[in-house]
Amino acid sequence: MMSSRSRILGRIRHNLGRGPLSAEKAAELKTRIEEHRPNLVPKRTEISPAAQVDLFQAKAEALGATVTRLSSLDAVPEAVSRYLSDHNLATKIKMSPEAALDALPFDQTPMLDITRGAATAEDDVSLTPAFAGIAETGTLCLASGPDTPSTLNFLPENHIVLLRRSQIIGTMEESWARLRAKYGAGNLPRTLNLISGPSRTADIEQTLIMGAHGPRRLHILIVDDAEKD
Amino acid sequence: MQVTARRFKKNAHGALQDDNIQKAFSKVKGGFPIARAKAAGELPEFDALRDQARDLKNHILDNLDYYLEYFEEQVLLQGGKVHWCSSYADARAAVLEICRAAEAKTVTKGKSMITEEMALNDHLAANGIEPIETDLGEYIIQLAHEYPSHIIAPALHKTKDQVSDLFHQHHEKYGFSERLTDPQALVNEARRILRDKYVAADVGITGANFLIAETGSTVIVTNEGNGDLTQSLPKTHIAVSSIEKVVPTLEDASLFLRLLARSATGQEMSVYTTFSTGPRRTDDIDGPANFHVVLVDSGRSDLLGTNKQDLLRCLKCGACMNHCPVYQAVGGHSYGWVYPGPIGAALNPHMVGLEEARHLPSASTFCGRCEEVCPVRIPLPKIMRHWREEAFQAQVTPKPERWGIGLWAFFAKRPALYRPLTRFAARSLKIMGGRKGVIRRLPLLKGWTDVRDFPAPQGKTFMEQWKKQQRESR
Repeated sequence: MMSSRSRILGRIRHNLGRGPLSAEKAAELKTRIEEHRPNLVPKRTEISPAAQVDLFQAKAEALGATVTRLSSLDAVPEAVSRYLSDHNLATKIKMSPEAALDALPFDQTPMLDITRGAATAEDDVSLTPAFAGIAETGTLCLASGPDTPSTLNFLPENHIVLLRRSQIIGTMEESWARLRAKYGAGNLPRTLNLISGPSRTADIEQTLIMGAHGPRRLHILIVDDAEKD
Repeated sequence: MQVTARRFKKNAHGALQDDNIQKAFSKVKGGFPIARAKAAGELPEFDALRDQARDLKNHILDNLDYYLEYFEEQVLLQGGKVHWCSSYADARAAVLEICRAAEAKTVTKGKSMITEEMALNDHLAANGIEPIETDLGEYIIQLAHEYPSHIIAPALHKTKDQVSDLFHQHHEKYGFSERLTDPQALVNEARRILRDKYVAADVGITGANFLIAETGSTVIVTNEGNGDLTQSLPKTHIAVSSIEKVVPTLEDASLFLRLLARSATGQEMSVYTTFSTGPRRTDDIDGPANFHVVLVDSGRSDLLGTNKQDLLRCLKCGACMNHCPVYQAVGGHSYGWVYPGPIGAALNPHMVGLEEARHLPSASTFCGRCEEVCPVRIPLPKIMRHWREEAFQAQVTPKPERWGIGLWAFFAKRPALYRPLTRFAARSLKIMGGRKGVIRRLPLLKGWTDVRDFPAPQGKTFMEQWKKQQRESR
């Protein structure tokens, strides 16, 4: 009996009026994939790095996220703490078990109860690092890994993201280049999340409601770092 | 699912009399189209991106076998599995087998049109596995035992009151006894109930907006975040996708992503665009341990090389129905199968048979808005015309209609007869229209004049007016 696989491929070829592609044509298509040439990319982000940061913030805020700019990583614990009290949230966060987050001076905020790991249904606030920020649309790019579990991006009602200024880039295409540099061409982390604002739905009478299943609030801390100054 | 496309006229008639449906669908034109126009206007490159997207989809379809094989190879390299399925039955069996291997009792589901096509939920339920839709709209219609009336807003036809009743009726067993009426409160209640379902589910099933050949990834695009909880919490993630969703590279996905949300809801990007690649990695502390891709053909490959191949470019954004005056009047369920609106009118005859769906290609005013707003420029009116011709040739069209068209064709081919006859008809109808120029009743055309007046011609045929104009402009 013919397998579904050969039946489907056979039917595709038959209906396209040809057999399997020639070695030449196949090599051409393989090169096309490996070159990963960009298609038309909007000019919107052909601006200075500083203007890209402003654009990222403006776009993210327009999507319903909130943004705080910090001058150094040392200011992060205090900013997190303030965010929790501003929103009447318990002083408790679940944090990505990442070395860079661990190195933050959380001894300045002894009231903050921090646990590390993947999210559980009880977690109300998460703090995670970003992989990149895409200025074009105010989109965060978050990559899963042993120290960046992706459930933290979805289960808690409040999601705080740490984004370094040097991680803000113009376009999706630039984030693909950075991902290839880190993971190798042809590879991606298990879960790559592009996140543009907090969760929402309009499924009841086309009325926009925030916080459908993912986080109701998305807060982005943009931290100045040396690389982009 | 039960196909009712054959009853289109009856369905549409009922929808036109239904106040809830009229209220729900008349709202569409004040929402999505305005948001789309704004988003398109804010991106100077929008139309150039559409041209590229059309060309890229054509390139993919011309080399579909290559890109599918490349995709498969990458999925395997990343530790996932690929299941090729020629038919819905194959696909249902493949999903069931994976669920059984996972000893699944419940599965959560992200929104997916292909699993609607293959009626997956019924199959799982019949085999003792409880499917739980997690997209709010899908969840609502699952409670109501209905199917989507819009491809991105499946519960568009439901009023808030109906949702209140459904939740009140079905949520009591979870300890929610109050009948809520505020949309925010309704969303919160569903959120709390579904939260436990995500955690308890053994398998999470999502669709795929794109398959990336380069990396072997499946991509979903959502606003709620339900698809992400569905695919990251259970031990097993199954992505079900039709074969035409494959794209070569991440850069190629970017091209379509810039068009998809803008065309659908007027967002620049949907809230969550998620790339899933293989199962969780060795040291990962969350994510599914098993990753399966179920590739479904079920008739799609048969569109290749035909005058309807362009349908396979569809991104499932819903722009065509959002802009369709017929869809807005008769709602989604009138079309009688999974896809409503212009894309349904053009695609359903292929998927469920022309005889079953023969009314759908006629459910069009040919205003052309659908083609104008399609992000990949599918010539929907042209494809509907092809279907009409084929219905006529295959003698699927009813006899009186065929005779009528035959009679008209006889005269149209003989101008010496046709011109005096149309002159006579135009003059007679003008007289019938009286001073108001309106005809209230026409013999043989009761279907038209029963519900509206027929504007009377002005008394001169097109040819007469044309000749007069040519004379005068000389």
